[in-house]
Order: sequence, then C-alpha cells, then structure tokens
Amino acid sequence: MEILLTVISISLLGAALAAVVVLADLKLNDYGICAIDINDGQRVLSVKGGSTLLASLSSQDIFIPSACGGKATCGLCKINVLTNVGPVLPTEEPYLTEDEIGEGTRLACQLKVKNDLRVFIPEELFSIRRYRAKILKITDLTYDIKEFRFELLEPQAMEFAPGQYVQVDSKPYDGVEEVVSRAYSISSLPSEKGVLELIVRLVPGGVCSTFLHKHVKEGDELTLSGPFGDFYLREGADELLFIAGGSGLAPIKSMVLDILKKGLPKQMTFFFGAVRKRDLYYVDFFTELQEKYPNFRYIPALSDPGPDDDWNGEIGLITEVVARHVSDGQNKHAYLCGSPGMINACVDVLTKIGIDEERIFYDKF
Amino acid sequence: MAEAPAISPIVILLASVFTSNMVLSNFLGMCSFISISSEYKTASGLGAAVAMVTTITTVLNWLVYRLIMVPLGLEYLRYIIFIVVIAATVQIIEMALDRYFPELHMKLGVFLPLITVNCAIFGVSLFMVIRSYNFVQALFFGLGSGLGWWLAISALAAIRMKIAKNKLLRGLDGPAITFIITGIMALAFVGFSGIFVIQ
Repeated sequence: MEILLTVISISLLGAALAAVVVLADLKLNDYGICAIDINDGQRVLSVKGGSTLLASLSSQDIFIPSACGGKATCGLCKINVLTNVGPVLPTEEPYLTEDEIGEGTRLACQLKVKNDLRVFIPEELFSIRRYRAKILKITDLTYDIKEFRFELLEPQAMEFAPGQYVQVDSKPYDGVEEVVSRAYSISSLPSEKGVLELIVRLVPGGVCSTFLHKHVKEGDELTLSGPFGDFYLREGADELLFIAGGSGLAPIKSMVLDILKKGLPKQMTFFFGAVRKRDLYYVDFFTELQEKYPNFRYIPALSDPGPDDDWNGEIGLITEVVARHVSDGQNKHAYLCGSPGMINACVDVLTKIGIDEERIFYDKF
Repeated sequence: MAEAPAISPIVILLASVFTSNMVLSNFLGMCSFISISSEYKTASGLGAAVAMVTTITTVLNWLVYRLIMVPLGLEYLRYIIFIVVIAATVQIIEMALDRYFPELHMKLGVFLPLITVNCAIFGVSLFMVIRSYNFVQALFFGLGSGLGWWLAISALAAIRMKIAKNKLLRGLDGPAITFIITGIMALAFVGFSGIFVIQ
C-alpha cells in the first residue's frame, strides 16, 4: 500500500511539475511571429519566435554552415545581425574577434529570435539549398573509392564554384539508426547543369560512406545540400600546383577541367599521391588531358609500390616528389586536398620552396 | 511536528551568511565553487544565480513540504521531491528571465542549467526541514545561504585572480591551491562564530 502511495504521489507530483514547465514554455517562450529581413529585403521570412536564429533559418531552407549542430562549439554559424539584439553572450565570445563584435557578427545558434530582425547573409551561403537527387551511375574507381553521378531532381541545377563541396544525407540502414550528413567535394563541372559527380572513399566505420558504398544502387533517391566551402580558384598567379591524395582528387578534377575548358593561360601541374598502384584512379583520363593540353602536367606518385606493381613513375612521399619538381615559388598558387597529415606536410614543403601560406589553399578532410 | 526554533529571522540571515556559511562551514556546493572561480566576473554571476535560485526554491520547497508532503505523510520522499522541484523551478526561472529580464538573463542565464544539481541549494532545503523553520525563517535562511555562497565564491575568485600571475610549486596549480585557499577562508570564517550560532 505504502509503495503504491509512493509511486502514485511521485508520479503525480512529477506530472504536475512537468505540466507547469510545459505551460511556462508555451506562455513564456511565445514571441509571436517575427519577420527576418535578409540582405535588405532580398528575402523576408516569417518565423515563429522563440527558437534560435539558426533553427529558424534552416526551417526556411536557408542553411548556415554548422558542424556542431548548435552547441556553440564549432563557431561556424557566424552571421551579421543589423538589428540591435543586446550584447554578445558568454557562449559566443570565444569565437568572435573584436572586429566581428563591432560589426554585429553573432553565432546564429546562440541567438534567439524574439523580435523582428535584419540580418546579412553572404550571397554564397544564401545560395545553399537542399536538393533531391537520383543516382544515375556508380563506378568502382579503386577497391575503396567509388564515383557517383547524381541527377538533381528538385531544384534541377546547382550554381557552384569548382572546388566546393556538398553534404550528402545518409538514411538508416542495417541497424544503423543514425542519420548523418557528410561532406563530399564535387568533381564535375558547373556547366554540366543538373548533374553532380562525387568521389567517395569508403571510410572504415564511416556511417555515410558505408551507406553510399554498400546500401545504395543506381536509381535510388537521396537528399544533399550545398554548395559549401571556400576552396575555389583565386586570381593572381600564372602557375598552379595541385596536390591531392585519395578522394582529394575530386575538387582538383573540377578545377583543372574548368581552367582547361575556359582556355585560361595557366601552367598547371597535378601531383597525385598514392601508396600502391591499386590506389591510383583516373590515370588514363589525366594522361589524355596531358597529351591534349601542353599547359597541363600530370604526375602520379607511389610512396610504396609493391613488387608486382610494375611501376616506372615517380616513387616517394608526395612531399618529396613535389620538392623534386618545383624549384621556386615565384608566381605560383598551390591547391591541396587530402588528409590533414598530408596537407600539413605539403604546406611545410611548399613554404620552404617559397610559396607562402597566403598562396596555399587547401581543403582538409 | 517540531516547533519552529525561537530565533529571529534576521539572526538566521546573518548566521547563514557568516557563521554557518554553506560552503565554508558545511562544504556544500563545492564542485562549481572550485571549478568556476578563476574569474571574478563569472564567479559573481554564478553566485548571484545561486542566491536567487536558493531563495526561491527554499520557499517553494517549504510550501510543498508543509502543504503536500506532511499532510500526506510523504516526508520520507523529500530528497527526490525537493530535487524535482528545484529542477523544474530552474527551468521556469530561466524562461522567465529570458522573457522579462533579458539583461539579467545575459548575465545569469548560462549558469542556471549548471546549478540545477548544486548540492548547496538542495542542502538548504533539507536543513530548513531538519531545523523545522517556519515560513519566514525558511525565507531568510534561503536568502542568507544564497548570499553567503555568493560572498564566498566572489571572495575566492578575487583571491585566485590576485595570485593568478604568481609562481606556484608544480602540481599546486589549479584545484590544489584552490582547496588550500578554501581551507584558509574557512578558518577565517570561524572567526565570526562567536557572534551568533544556529546549529
């Protein structure tokens, strides 16, 4: 009897308190409908007040980059707020410089929408959309890298700069309930309207790459969002060095093709580092480009060729190969894409050669 | 039920700030006391939040205890019920501050979720029951304990900032020196004990 009374009274009290909290949430967290004016009237959103700016924007399909999901630990979701919304919160402070605070930059994930706001969102973020896409073709490139060609269904085309990436959403599979979005660089050209090509390496234990490698087939539909990233071609140098490893080839392929297609007068050298011959792919494709275009050189290198690899190309770590072929840094830009270890080593070598860090652009993954 | 002790609420207030300080004589609420006391500004913000929540939850828990738990004979459930009441109160206070006092929410808001499980706040509610305080006494006891905690953490943070640039023996840096400072502060507070005593 006493046990029953205990259980009942605790449950009732808990329920009563929960009800009070829910009521308070409804009453106190109700800020009515707020208008968010983006870029001086370029778009005006009506959202329900009370949630964060990041959540309000993404509910209207405007995607601000955020890696931590709104916990104020990545500092990516910076956005300029032109309305005065009070001082910067202690949670935002570590991610903002004094200049940014002066300009009204805030973390969208920490700022609650409580009244009408005027915000500024850079054009490149504003163009980020979520797309429905159908898989047209899956090609095996190596034992652990596949090429995926997507047809964009809704919206039907994406404007992007060669070098940028998209985030593909996985779906639950085989007991993996978790749904994640992972970034993959676009390897096709923007001029191929409506078609996206991605290169995906199977990461051991990776939720999304396992999903793409083992649990989708041609004809399946997926969602992806983009374009993201500031890895794209810059003006200001006549000689370009491209260095990639593994699936880091993807953005480089798009960049090289873009320059060749536009007929820009740039000297390009593409170093591709792999361990053994079985890790190389697109060799014929780039060799043909090299034969066709005198301003493009393709240098694949193996760091540890096996005895049966029959390899008479460059041997050594990609950093050693780059050092062998590049003697000075004059009038050069370098674009790197690969693992953080590879990029850090390459940045060291390139700065020694004489390409300072402002002229090295990279995408680490 | 025991009669309320015949102590003036003002004495309870002063005693709970100085002679029966929650941190320095009962050593409650140590986790946040140690970890969030390196900056005076932050420590003071946390102290203010604790003071406010302690006062409000002590009063609420007094009401819940006297009006619900005692009539139903549920005194033995006070641990779990006090905790739940504190947790819910903190949630509501946070929302209310955000709505009506955005300035204050800026300063205290980030600390509120932290102190849901602060044992000093829970301790005050339990002590008030054990000592059978009446409503006014409980109110002053809650207020005094909160203020006392605020005073202690502010003082500690000020001392820690004073010595922040000094060289310490290796290993003494951080929590170790903080415990030593806390001990010395507690000794200093013993000096108040002749003035008035509650338990």
